[in-house]
Amino acid sequence: MTEKVEEGVWQDVPSPFCGIASDDLTVSVKGQKVSVLENGDAYTASGFETPVTDKAPRVNGKVVTLAVAVEHTARLIHNSKQTVISGLATDLNGARAAMALADKSRATIDHMNSVESFKNTLVLQDTGWMNTTLSEVKNRVDMLLIVGSDIEAGFPRFFERIIWPEDTLFGQDIESRDVIYLGKGPSGRASTSPEGKKAEVMLCDDADLPEVLSILRALVAGRAINAVDIGGIAVTDLARLAARLKAAKYSVVTWAASMLDFDHAEVSVQMVCEMVKDLNTKTRSSGLPLGGKDGEVTVNQVAVWQSGYPMRTNFNRGYPDYDPYLSDSLRMLKDDEVDTLLWVSSFDIERKAPASKAVTVVIGRSGMSFDSEPAVFIPVGIPGIDHSGRAFRSDGVVSLPLKQLRNSGLPSTFDVLSAIEKAL
Amino acid sequence: MLMKLTGGRVYDPAHGINGIVRDIYVDDGWIVEPPTDGKVLQEVDLRGKVVMAGAIDMHTHIGGGKVNIARTMLPEDHAADVVARTELMRSGCGHAAPSTLTAGYRYAEMGYTAGFEPAILPSNARQAHMEMHDTPIIDKGGYVMLGSDDYLLRMMAANNDQESINNYVAWTITHSQAIGVKVVNPGGINAFKFNQRKLDLDEKNSFYGVTPREILLRLARAVKELGIPHPLHVHGCNLGVPGNMDTTLDTMDGIGGLPMHMTHIQFHSYGTEGDYKFSSGAAEIAEAINRHKNITVDVGQILFGQTVTASGDSMHQHAGHAHAHPNKWVTMDIECDAGCGVLPFKYKDQSFVNALQWMIGLETFLLVEDPWRIFLTTDHPNGAPFTSYPHLIRLLMDKTFRNEVLSRLHPEAQKASRLASIDREYSLYEIAIMTRAGAAKLVGLADRGHLGVGGAADITVYTDHADREKMFSKPDYVFKDGRMVVKDGDLIDVTWGTTHVVKPEYDKSIETSLKGYFDKYLTMKMGNFKISDDEIVDDGRGSLTIQPLHKGGPV
Repeated sequence: MTEKVEEGVWQDVPSPFCGIASDDLTVSVKGQKVSVLENGDAYTASGFETPVTDKAPRVNGKVVTLAVAVEHTARLIHNSKQTVISGLATDLNGARAAMALADKSRATIDHMNSVESFKNTLVLQDTGWMNTTLSEVKNRVDMLLIVGSDIEAGFPRFFERIIWPEDTLFGQDIESRDVIYLGKGPSGRASTSPEGKKAEVMLCDDADLPEVLSILRALVAGRAINAVDIGGIAVTDLARLAARLKAAKYSVVTWAASMLDFDHAEVSVQMVCEMVKDLNTKTRSSGLPLGGKDGEVTVNQVAVWQSGYPMRTNFNRGYPDYDPYLSDSLRMLKDDEVDTLLWVSSFDIERKAPASKAVTVVIGRSGMSFDSEPAVFIPVGIPGIDHSGRAFRSDGVVSLPLKQLRNSGLPSTFDVLSAIEKAL
Repeated sequence: MLMKLTGGRVYDPAHGINGIVRDIYVDDGWIVEPPTDGKVLQEVDLRGKVVMAGAIDMHTHIGGGKVNIARTMLPEDHAADVVARTELMRSGCGHAAPSTLTAGYRYAEMGYTAGFEPAILPSNARQAHMEMHDTPIIDKGGYVMLGSDDYLLRMMAANNDQESINNYVAWTITHSQAIGVKVVNPGGINAFKFNQRKLDLDEKNSFYGVTPREILLRLARAVKELGIPHPLHVHGCNLGVPGNMDTTLDTMDGIGGLPMHMTHIQFHSYGTEGDYKFSSGAAEIAEAINRHKNITVDVGQILFGQTVTASGDSMHQHAGHAHAHPNKWVTMDIECDAGCGVLPFKYKDQSFVNALQWMIGLETFLLVEDPWRIFLTTDHPNGAPFTSYPHLIRLLMDKTFRNEVLSRLHPEAQKASRLASIDREYSLYEIAIMTRAGAAKLVGLADRGHLGVGGAADITVYTDHADREKMFSKPDYVFKDGRMVVKDGDLIDVTWGTTHVVKPEYDKSIETSLKGYFDKYLTMKMGNFKISDDEIVDDGRGSLTIQPLHKGGPV
């Protein structure tokens, strides 16, 4: 548990910002100022250190009490024909309150990272997968294949924490670990081993990646390939890669869906997952989707256990109605299907509501600025800084307790959404 | 507020009461003595009705990672059973992998007032509790999974003494907020990570050199010595494998008289006789259960139709993936701790194997003599959704009905089973033992499952209908902690049950070694792993009930 080691200094603090929930941070709190003293990264440092500015809610740009802002929002929802509750960058209880509100107000729910997370969810719902979690990778991986993703750009501490630990459970020499990039290459040196062994890189354009992956899967399955070159990669090189995957004892294939930035990337994710299944006929291999920032995993988990469905579910008819196309909030906003947007963003001041014609209520982290003032802005506290909470990390298995580190007086997203629900 | 439940016919096996008419008094959630002044504030007339304690499902997958994977995977299954919001109830979905809210409502509507999640992974325990926290009305709790975790296997490979293993078990159960200990395919989930594809009772894990038999003995002894009331909860080796009855018999013999609960025994009672090389081992298994008084079982009855199988047994779920229906499946290796596998599955009455599984389950129910040692489960949702319990009760209580269903199943399977010749019909008293008094005793719930003074007022009232399925589908009343939550089969109030746990003592010095292990090998800190009591209470809706331990000590 996050512990206070001296006045204003906390140890073993989990990061709700980095996706892999690194929980070895040391954080100092002086008044309202928070600084990461140890083990921060770009995401974590800005997550903890962005200062509190405004604390007062506003309605149409005028400062009001929380009660007035809540009442006003409830009235907007009450008069709305189609409310969307999105953003949803929040923690466990924020997600619970959002679900209760969506159910009561017959709203549609979505998350700011759904475009990415659905590249994985659709695969899970169509064919499934064989996946693993961070501690297994840390102790077992002998070959890491990174597909279409510059991991360290999005997950700066992934290699340090997971791939290059000092010790592993099974006596593996970590220098023997192979790291191979397929598609994109690394932007930095995090994937280089402690003794300087560099990752291998097989580059191709995103546009060619789906075909490269399908050839790789075919080779793993022992099919004959006539082509000699796919997207600039020699088929003989892919054949060698397939052979190494089959020879590895615990290969891990990882990707960050946020970096598979092309249409229908879910088909490529599916190709990878089916290849992993094929590999498991003889040896062990696992997938590892990386994501989980902005409460993405937490909110999907809560939505699934409370309704049966992930994001992009609407409650218009009084029951959950799941449609990953029709209830895509970005599409709905673009096509003017939304009259009221509730945008929840309690982690990152840069994650703002998409521009639309909908009347917008922002329940956001203090410090947000707006190009055009929303109808309502209610500044809220950050889980794990201003109030306690719980958050899931990328692998969807482990969740961490978040502790309150300072007294900002800001309400939690749970407080605000629950109050709106009550006022309806 | 003193309430009198007047004149019901009471079945309370914990007190040997078998269908005797008597009044029950309830005050502030508890069953109390009749008031000396005779004054009551509310009276409910139960004359002619059947009264039992609230039912307890001692093995039901209602919360945690693999259940939520199952939910995510099954949008098409939910779509056939979406549940609309009402003034009282949240919307959700039902059937194979119901939403937490709907699960709680439906359990209550069937007269159930408690359910226990049998496979809580320590690394995923927080999620299991979050989901159970969102499961209304019923009490809950769970068994924490050990036996494939690298920490235990390292201790065993290093030949650590029993006391250090006891400390580790007590530490884990305490900080994952559990009431029992479960082992799934002992050591097998771990062996699968080393690419072993089966692990018999005496087969060694290729890395640790430890066998399932040794794991079972160590853990069963730890549970007994710590005084944990619920015996070691065992999902044995070779789940679903034809011929696994020999392993099951060997497992019973091999535990050396220590208390052991063998779960979903139906899936572990298969022979290899006949043209299909698949036969019923129920008679031999039941005979062994009758002989070994230290053994309890639940059945894991299968019923026909679509469901989903969700298990910690990644090894055997992977082996069975070709049977997934629809064809999608998941397995996971998890946190040097455990694993899971999720496969949608459709049991078909015209499949020889499925029909015989149905018969094996019922044979087991009917051939095990002591209802205090056998429990009614479908291993929800693995054999069938829990909502099929009333149908299952009818199969047990009504021989004519049972044989009529039997006569429509795969003809070769009928010939391979002796079920048609078994005359036994369960009585209401025996059903009350299996689903109330016995279950409470087995789980270790001192204050539940009975109707004596001092017991919690979890009470279910039925109309004594000859069609037992009708009777058990729609109770007249259900009281949860003294509040009427169901009337005429419909929910009228929503409460939030408590979480039952045990807190066995351990030597705090174990945390030195554990902290080093977490820091070095895992990806979260030991302190962040621990689930505080506050997390269970959460927003104030939850509560913790610490159940008493038995007398432990060295065996």
